[in-house]
Amino acid sequence: MSPIIKKKGEKFTLPGKYLLFILTILCTGLIVITFNTNFLSAPISAAGGFLLIPLQDGISKAGDWLSTRSEELVQIRYLLNENEELKAQVDELTMENIRLQQDRYELTNLRELYDLDAQYDEYDKVGARIIAKDAGNWFHSFVINKGYEDGLAIDMNVLAGSGLVGRIIDVGPNWAKIMSIIDDNSNTSGMVLSTSDNLVVRGSLVLYADGLISFEMLIDSADRVVEGDKIVTSNVSDKYLPGILIGYISSITVDSNNLTKSGMITPAVDFEHLEEVLVITELKQTTGDS
Amino acid sequence: MKRFIVSVFFIIICFLLQTTVFKGLSFGGIVPNLMIILTASFGFMRGEKTGLIMGFCCGFLIDIFFGSVLGLNAMIYMYIGYANGKFNRIFYPDDIKLPLILILVSDFVYGFSYYVILFLMRRRFNINYYLLHIILPEMVYTIFITLLLYPLILWINKKIEASEKRSERKFV
Repeated sequence: MSPIIKKKGEKFTLPGKYLLFILTILCTGLIVITFNTNFLSAPISAAGGFLLIPLQDGISKAGDWLSTRSEELVQIRYLLNENEELKAQVDELTMENIRLQQDRYELTNLRELYDLDAQYDEYDKVGARIIAKDAGNWFHSFVINKGYEDGLAIDMNVLAGSGLVGRIIDVGPNWAKIMSIIDDNSNTSGMVLSTSDNLVVRGSLVLYADGLISFEMLIDSADRVVEGDKIVTSNVSDKYLPGILIGYISSITVDSNNLTKSGMITPAVDFEHLEEVLVITELKQTTGDS
Repeated sequence: MKRFIVSVFFIIICFLLQTTVFKGLSFGGIVPNLMIILTASFGFMRGEKTGLIMGFCCGFLIDIFFGSVLGLNAMIYMYIGYANGKFNRIFYPDDIKLPLILILVSDFVYGFSYYVILFLMRRRFNINYYLLHIILPEMVYTIFITLLLYPLILWINKKIEASEKRSERKFV
């Protein structure tokens, strides 16, 4: 029977081979389109977010509860030890605190002198909860439960505690997707706080297991940067506001070209146990204009 | 119609579980790949076409939320679903060896192609590391979850098939 002449009532079905072919072309088209532009992502993300975000919000609460319970059991032993250590540390820190307060007094005086008031505790911040994490094991982006209805926009910086987490790369009405600085495809421009030398902080999946991120292209001909130095976001970055803490240098080596240095950073944020984050509702690009 | 609703329900539940609850139950930061279990098992249970549509939907959902480009995951999952559909002819519900092997291979193929496309292309040549620390642990954990999830999928599939047959008979 010729496939063209159809009997009445016979249902038309598309063979799997052709469907595969059509969908492959569709996918390739979408990949090309979204790789080069991003005009498609907005409506599709909005639709997806509308359907699934409320559900994720609810379920992740259950997930958080489960993981907190299982962690509690593991951690009781450690906590007892840690408690003793911490008590010793408290004494140490009290001493240090007194010293720092004196320093701070000096600092405020100096700051008044120089009129430096661009500290990052003065940025407007919005708290948000993490409701879903990347479906695979390859990247570490996640979704939070606030979106442009709460005043968020793409490229806003995200903090947790005292350190930098990442920045918003996609935003919907009630959700936003965050790329963390430990992500394998993330590059952040940073600088050493003590010497103001610029460097590039690069996330890596290999180092993720050790809780580290790497940095490179540090030009430090005077050999003044040492392990333990603070790394903050630099002034030359076009996405990150300056002076946000990224982490501390944990190891440093001279590159084979003898000009630049690279090494490891211990991030200031515990990425394994992130639950709540702060979003700075101020963009680097617009701060200069206003 | 019933089948369609059940499939959509399955995709959404698995996606939600994978992105939320299982993140809390991860071992060493590794999460099982529920979407692969779903795609592969619908593939070899129902044939090529269902497999590829299922794979496309699963992958597309991941792309919407977490993909850097739209359509990449959809394509990988779609081909995995289609390939699994080829085994529909030698699939028997009582035999659990074939599904386990197919899901294992599917997860490996997914992990490997993802590595090649998104990591090898960015000059991440350390394949041994990725194999040992990401792909293999994910396979082991996925197989473990398969042992729990697969009987459920099989059971529901059987129920639907039975009810479809019944309504067919009524119609004739």
